[in-house]
Amino acid sequence: MTGARLPAGGRIDRTAPLPFTWNGRALQGYAGDTLASALLANGVRVVGRSFKYHRPRGIFAAGVEEPNAILDVTIGDRHDPNARATLVPLEPGLAAKAISGWPSVAHDLYRGLDLLQRFLPAGFYYKTFMAPHWKHWEPGIRRMAGLGQARTTPDPLLYEQRHAQVDVLVVGAGPAGLAAARVASAAGAAVMLVDENPTPGGTLLWNEAEIDDQPAATWAADCVAGLVRAGVTVLTATTAFAYYDHNTLGLMQRRTPAAGWAADRLWSVQARQVVLATGALERPLVFPHNDRPGVMLASAVLRYLRQHAVLVGRAVVLTTNNDSAYETAIALRDAGATVTVADVRASPGAAATAARQRGVRVIAGSVVRDTGGLDAILWADIGPADASGTAERVPCDIVATAGGWTPVVHLFSQSGGRLRWDEAASAFLPEIGRQAHQLAGAMQGTAGLAACLASGHRAGIAACAALDRPVTLRAPRTPEAAAPTPLQPYWHVPIKGARQWLDLQNDVTVKDVGLAAAENFQSVEHLKRYTTLGMATDQGKTSNVNGLAVMAALTGRGIGETGTTTFRLPYAPVSLGAMAGMRFAALHTAVRALPAQAEHDAAGAEMREYGGWMRPACYPRAQESVAAAIRREAAAVRAEAGLFDGSSLGKIVVEGPDAAKVLDLIYYNAIATLKPGRLRYVLLLRESGIVYDDGVIARLSPERFLLSPSSSHTAGVLAMLELWRQTEYPALRVAFHDVTAAWATFAVCGPRVRDILASIPTDIDLSDAALPHMALAEGHVFGVPARIARVSFTGERSYEISVPAGHAGALWRHLLAQGPTPYGIESLSVLRAEKGYILIGTDTDGLTMPQDLGLSGPLRAKTVDFVGRRSLTTPDGMRADRRQFVGLLPENPNFVPEVGTHAAVIEGRQKRSLGWITSSAFSPALGRSIALGMIEAGRARMGETVTLYDRGRLSKAVICSPVFHDPAGAKLNG
Amino acid sequence: MHYSGLQLLKQGLFGNTRWAQAWRSPQPQKTYDAIVIGGGAHGLAAAYYLSTVHKVKRIAVLERGWIGGGNTGRNTTIVRSNYFFAESAAMYDLSLRLYEGLTQELNYNIMLSQRGVLNLAHTEHDMELMTRSVNAMQLNGIDVDLLTARDVQREVPLLNFAPDARFPIHGGFVQRRGGVARHDAVAWAYARGASARGVDIIQNCEVLGFRRDGARIIGVDTSAGPIAAGAVGMSVAGHSGVLAAMAGFRLPITSYALQAMVSEPLKPILDTVVMSTGTGMYVSQSDKGELVFGAGLDLYPSYAQRGNLPTEQTIVAGMLEMFPSFRRLKLLRQWAGIVDVCWDYSPIIGPTPAPGLFMNCGWGTGGFKASPVGGWLLAHSMATGRHHDLSAPFDLGRFSSGRLVDEAAGAGIAH
Amino acid sequence: MLTISCPWCGPRAEAEFSFGGEPAIRPVPAAAVSDAQWADYLYLRTNPKGRSTELWCHACGCGQWFRMDRSTVTHEIFATSRLSA
Repeated sequence: MTGARLPAGGRIDRTAPLPFTWNGRALQGYAGDTLASALLANGVRVVGRSFKYHRPRGIFAAGVEEPNAILDVTIGDRHDPNARATLVPLEPGLAAKAISGWPSVAHDLYRGLDLLQRFLPAGFYYKTFMAPHWKHWEPGIRRMAGLGQARTTPDPLLYEQRHAQVDVLVVGAGPAGLAAARVASAAGAAVMLVDENPTPGGTLLWNEAEIDDQPAATWAADCVAGLVRAGVTVLTATTAFAYYDHNTLGLMQRRTPAAGWAADRLWSVQARQVVLATGALERPLVFPHNDRPGVMLASAVLRYLRQHAVLVGRAVVLTTNNDSAYETAIALRDAGATVTVADVRASPGAAATAARQRGVRVIAGSVVRDTGGLDAILWADIGPADASGTAERVPCDIVATAGGWTPVVHLFSQSGGRLRWDEAASAFLPEIGRQAHQLAGAMQGTAGLAACLASGHRAGIAACAALDRPVTLRAPRTPEAAAPTPLQPYWHVPIKGARQWLDLQNDVTVKDVGLAAAENFQSVEHLKRYTTLGMATDQGKTSNVNGLAVMAALTGRGIGETGTTTFRLPYAPVSLGAMAGMRFAALHTAVRALPAQAEHDAAGAEMREYGGWMRPACYPRAQESVAAAIRREAAAVRAEAGLFDGSSLGKIVVEGPDAAKVLDLIYYNAIATLKPGRLRYVLLLRESGIVYDDGVIARLSPERFLLSPSSSHTAGVLAMLELWRQTEYPALRVAFHDVTAAWATFAVCGPRVRDILASIPTDIDLSDAALPHMALAEGHVFGVPARIARVSFTGERSYEISVPAGHAGALWRHLLAQGPTPYGIESLSVLRAEKGYILIGTDTDGLTMPQDLGLSGPLRAKTVDFVGRRSLTTPDGMRADRRQFVGLLPENPNFVPEVGTHAAVIEGRQKRSLGWITSSAFSPALGRSIALGMIEAGRARMGETVTLYDRGRLSKAVICSPVFHDPAGAKLNG
Repeated sequence: MHYSGLQLLKQGLFGNTRWAQAWRSPQPQKTYDAIVIGGGAHGLAAAYYLSTVHKVKRIAVLERGWIGGGNTGRNTTIVRSNYFFAESAAMYDLSLRLYEGLTQELNYNIMLSQRGVLNLAHTEHDMELMTRSVNAMQLNGIDVDLLTARDVQREVPLLNFAPDARFPIHGGFVQRRGGVARHDAVAWAYARGASARGVDIIQNCEVLGFRRDGARIIGVDTSAGPIAAGAVGMSVAGHSGVLAAMAGFRLPITSYALQAMVSEPLKPILDTVVMSTGTGMYVSQSDKGELVFGAGLDLYPSYAQRGNLPTEQTIVAGMLEMFPSFRRLKLLRQWAGIVDVCWDYSPIIGPTPAPGLFMNCGWGTGGFKASPVGGWLLAHSMATGRHHDLSAPFDLGRFSSGRLVDEAAGAGIAH
Repeated sequence: MLTISCPWCGPRAEAEFSFGGEPAIRPVPAAAVSDAQWADYLYLRTNPKGRSTELWCHACGCGQWFRMDRSTVTHEIFATSRLSA
């Protein structure tokens, strides 16, 4: 193969030469080239090495089906380790290199593996590498496998996503697709037209027929221009890669750096009607040594010639079983090549006759039976197709192969459509569709330009009819071609011995299929998995049908009965970056910010995420460690006063005549008995009896409550309340309203708290008589609406002041100016641990029931059947050895056991966990370490010493009450 | 036929024309001592162990499609035994130990690659939970270690350690004996081993109903006709509910689509299995070079072996958030398996409410790693009519007693 | 991607909805049922392959729970209806 650019012709811009490099070598192509056409024009033959045998491989196809030309391509910031050269538009500065071959793709030392091929049949690795152990073989095999080398630096590109809803989505802008889009647009429908190539037109770009008295390519360009003027969205270089449920398609738009700030763009398009005009791919006729560089699809040879003005060879042998190859033969001959056609049909018919008249040599009833040459084709043997007789050796530099057409039914099949094998078309064709689509053109087996245009036109009209948009439009006209001579099914040359390749990328041969059949891997899926046929990055676009046909023949079944493997998305490999789009870093999952975030930043807070909120962990001073800050803050709260931002705590207003009744039916605690103005600590269970959340309920008035779920559970609690209200108690009159974001809440607490309160102008009576512990009052502070609640999570006298969120900053600054120490979650966690207050999700988990927490009191006091109640009395709920919430005092008062340390019974090698520590701290108030935990039958073990286990390190602790500090609660009122 | 390098040489010299069938495809008999419904790795393993461990003579595996075609051939091939509760750890570790001997026992290279399974912690709270898990596992005799953030960075430098990472890495824990195995090979290896011992593997044979004598199940009606059996076992993952309905009972199981995907093949770039609690994603690189990854379930029950775009995007976004350099790569193939998600994320093994019928189901998203033990325990209960000590905690009765084995609740581990 | 017709808001994208499971009849009074009956209500599901009646919520919309008849095989939606209907 010595490809060369013709002096004229092609759809390339010869005024725009584009420099690029291939393995470091400077080459030149033109605007309008793909990387593949530019490489061919520069005479490049070997572009890669096969996966298994390291045989040299050249460019085989011209489109998405290319199996061989997988290259490492860099353009500016973009890097693709596995770019398909046939889909990469040539751009200035593009740098391409081979991904295989050592030391180089042209001289690969692993080539010797090919000599061992008979000992490396399909699936050989399942039968060996067992001794010594696989682990000794695996690293070497991994290094041999794989395609390109991925870069390890973060990808700097940004990717984009779009959603669209259209009346008609037309997939494929070839003749059928254009004809359909034309109709839908004329009917006034909102139309989107997509094509995977950079230029719309499909085969019209290299078809020399006339449509409506214009050259086909001109007609296509005019048609597209008209569609754009009419408002049709035309997306080129865009692969419709998936057909999901409810007529939604995934499109991947490949964009060049010149196209804007974003790289590839994912479209999710929901269409009322889809027109699938996805065309057909040529499949090769299979013959011995059909993998050499220079063996190409006949249609690709034509496309390179007409679209890119590249003559891939001077002496071409063409082997075919159908008429479509003759257009290639004649075009090559007209371009000056010598052409020999080996046609397996005994009577090739009119197309062959026409070719002969143009100087093409046609040998009827024959096939290419072998090829020769190392890194290039030097000759082809042509002989009778039934493998009888002798072959004639014909010198050549290209063997073009044409085995018929495989309709692109991938999207149809993904949509749930059923396929059938059609003997006449020698293809799997759509049989029964399941979604709202019309089929057009070659993808349903239609052959010939006139028929494809008519089929597209009809599909467009059908789509419009389905949308109730009647339309009359003249169909595009083209001269009817003569009826073709039928294709003769012919899958491979019936010769044993020489290897005949089916899957070029994965090195799967006809023999491998034979081995699979002999070993009983006869299901198509077993065939695929055992031999890797069709599992390469081309997903078997040119190899699957051939492989099925071979298996069908070997097992005496029809091809239809043999069946086909599932067509999985994506139709062609698509950008992962675009699948994620902008969902990365901060945008991956939103976190919520507190209204006084700026104040926390100003105070030097260490911000961390807690259940979806960014909250201060503590406020370290300069040179102060986090641990020291926590200790200082916790001590300051006990000694003086502290200030805490509790704005993320949930606030759900429950309102209505039946509010109390509904809460009683849902919450663990009795609510109806709560008096207006008072608060109650409550638990919320799942129906399985597991503690889901805790919180505080305030009764603002007889029919109005305010719930405070924990920060990370507010949405879940609201959803749960709504579920029960709507599904179980729809007759009860109550509404829930989440006002969390509307209010900021700050807790001030500690012995000095009353001095701070005194500084706040308010109309709320803060005297202990008016506002005792667990009470709440509404009024104003600084003239803005406010609530003040006496509730404590630290064990100190504590006031929670809530104001509209917009006043958060001002109130925080005022309070801070009064001198309290700001404290964060981690410090609060120490303070509450000293008091034995549980932290949901930390001290509890998905196994915890209220009785495990020592909170059985409310159950006894309540008669209503609330959510989860029945589950508390299952045999497991009543078990005496449940893990229970207890305190632990480490034997060494200066040793703080890690959270997650277990208490264990260890007798020699026998070890058994008794439970685990859920919270631990050095308590400034007690001057020693403390811990909380869930311990098996813990309450019965009070005073017992247990062994603690943490990653092999053992220590001791005494089980005790979880309330370490101020058990009488004197300080709450102090 | 014994497989070995020598055999490859010998057969190569014969032109690879004398290889024996990996398993036979006989016509079904009218009667078997034991029938296993479901020709996945679990079902084939059950048949194999019925024959080898329990010496049951006439055994058949009935497969609706092709063996290994369900979740066996659709999972992300991860094996591990890093479970929280003692009951789970004992069971999954037996599975891993069986895996460790499988290649030799079955003379079939299942390519067990014990490259380590690394779970990431993204908050201090995650680290606390992981400490709890690691200690629980160590007490249960499982080989796990807690890692610092620096350890993680040394092992997997490609992970996202950027200051603006949405899921900062605080550390993690690793099970070194965990890793991946070639999923198809596990099914084929068991099939070959079972077939060689006389087990009939009947493909394209769909069970349409159960045959009964009173309440007792005595056989099945199939697309290939009725077949009688002394004991019937079901091992059909996502279709457990369908068979249970045929047998007249319900299960605490819901079937969901679980998506998995692969990138195009690459040269080696990731040497361990990485799982993230923050995003739910898991990824490893196959020997062929593809990045194999997945994450959470699709959002509603499904029997369609495909997934929809929103979940697909979430899975990809989760993987890329952990590995920002992978944004350049391309998705090669996506698919889904139908997983039988049990209420407490633990399996149900043993007798069913229908006498004569035994089950092995509810493995949800984690069935592949349990293939050997699922088969082992199902075989035991079919052969003896009683629970194995290891399967007793996983009896269906736990839902009435309330004694669930809730792994997710206990340890917060991604499944 | 599914398009789900909320009985209150009309057709909306799948992303706005959350799945709520098969409806189960809560035994009343719960205290009167056996452990097995309670487990039946709490845990056991039909898990049908094919047509299924389910509870869904228009969570990122009107917040209403509703019934949906749907195929678990093709994901075709046959009908949605208000709980009061």
